[in-house]
Amino acid sequence: MSEATRVAVPAPTRAEYCVIACAEAWRGAGEILASPMGLIPSLGARLARLTFAPDLLLTDGEALLVGPDGTVEGWLPYRQHLTLAAGGRRHVMMGASQIDRFGNQNISCVGDWSRPTRQLLGVRGATLNTLNHPTSYWIPKHSRRVFVEQVDMVCGVGYDHADGARYHHLARVVSDLGVFDFATPDHSMRPASLHPGVTPDQVREATGFDLAVGAEVPYTREPTETELRLIREVLDPAGTRSREVPDPPTVI
Amino acid sequence: MSDKTMTVDEVVSRLDSGMTLGIGGWGSRRKPMALVRALLRSRISDLTIVSYGGPDVGVLAAAGRIRKLVAAFATLDSIPLEPHYRAARERGAFELMEIDEAMFLWGLRAAANRLPFLPVRAGLGSDVMRVNPGLRTVTSPYEDGETFVAVPALRLDAALVHVNRADRQGNGQYLGPDPYFDDLFCEAADTAYVSCERIVDTAELTKEAPPQTLLIRRHTVTGVVETPGGAHFTSCAPDYTRDEAFQKLYARTPWAEFSARFLDGDEQDYRAAVRTWHEERS
Repeated sequence: MSEATRVAVPAPTRAEYCVIACAEAWRGAGEILASPMGLIPSLGARLARLTFAPDLLLTDGEALLVGPDGTVEGWLPYRQHLTLAAGGRRHVMMGASQIDRFGNQNISCVGDWSRPTRQLLGVRGATLNTLNHPTSYWIPKHSRRVFVEQVDMVCGVGYDHADGARYHHLARVVSDLGVFDFATPDHSMRPASLHPGVTPDQVREATGFDLAVGAEVPYTREPTETELRLIREVLDPAGTRSREVPDPPTVI
Repeated sequence: MSDKTMTVDEVVSRLDSGMTLGIGGWGSRRKPMALVRALLRSRISDLTIVSYGGPDVGVLAAAGRIRKLVAAFATLDSIPLEPHYRAARERGAFELMEIDEAMFLWGLRAAANRLPFLPVRAGLGSDVMRVNPGLRTVTSPYEDGETFVAVPALRLDAALVHVNRADRQGNGQYLGPDPYFDDLFCEAADTAYVSCERIVDTAELTKEAPPQTLLIRRHTVTGVVETPGGAHFTSCAPDYTRDEAFQKLYARTPWAEFSARFLDGDEQDYRAAVRTWHEERS
């Protein structure tokens, strides 16, 4: 293609950085089940499967294990899904209604458990997950309501509550603002990268506990041309990802 | 061989207030809703319900029939939060034993195996232990010495489940992608009632489907009920999908209004009311 006919590829959107950040959770994971909850983590898992994590197992969201093109390769009903989780060969990316600095997660209720002000989903499989295999979290809207000093009910177990449990490993928290991990001496949350366009002040402002966001935090990596093409043309041609994470208004 | 067929009302006549009932299915999938609706028509109350919760929990909670619920969640799947369950929880309407999905499964397995408990690596360090102060732990007697939650057996007075096909003796067949835990519910119960889309001859069960679809074995079953559409409005793949429009109506209609329009009569009345509602909106 000559320079004259080359069509400029639009720059990555915030949602696309989020897909990349989620996909990275499964880099090098090998032959395990990727369990993404939510649209952007699902795009991330499938992107990882199509690129740098080709051995991943994926589900159709029901009882089947499927390839990226939908080919059925296995059967995984709920009861065996729970056994697979207990067996450890899984990395889940769950949602969180609340999450604190040590990665304790709540999806059960807001307020006093005995008479909640807002009843949510329930503890689900969060305790099994966090005590048996790698767990990450996806927060589509980073805010003080979600990133709280203390969660109202510990469902997913954080580092301070896990007390060194043998298979406990919280890998990362991906939000619409950045990627956070627990690679600090006391396993408290740390910004690992901010998505391009996000400032440290913005993250501090949107987080309900002290988060050491230094000026030296790197940006989330750029998607490759192949990755962008896969996201835009193969995985999400309808562009639903920007409904989960819209692009922020341009600041001039 | 004994013919175990009965009507939904005969099933309910064998249940009593104060019982522990396990309800099969998962979320808003393959719930024995015709049996639950029959339960609503009765005066049975003060129940302990054990369920991977969906609208079964929602309607029983809304109608004030639950004294205690054992669950890991309650959801309508395509509508994430069960609104009637939610409202009941927020007004403190019943006691809750909130446990992890895996603890729930291990509890059923313990009951099915006639064990008092089974150890599971779940719950520890979480507030599941705080909100269930009666839960005990157990230490591995081997070299590893690890501590586990000793999930108590979830023994049931009765189980209610819904499957695609069954024969008159109580052999139950599922034709969808997931068995959920319906066989375990039956094995964990003193009595079990299986509703089905269609009762067929035993030979018919394996004419077009492999024997692995025969999920429920007759020795665990007390009664069989033919209830076409008996899981409505939840899904019963491959016979039908979830009635999403009707589920939306259920979720947004105040309970008294929904109940008066759809649940005051018998199962035939319910189906007629649902049909009328669909015709009105098309």
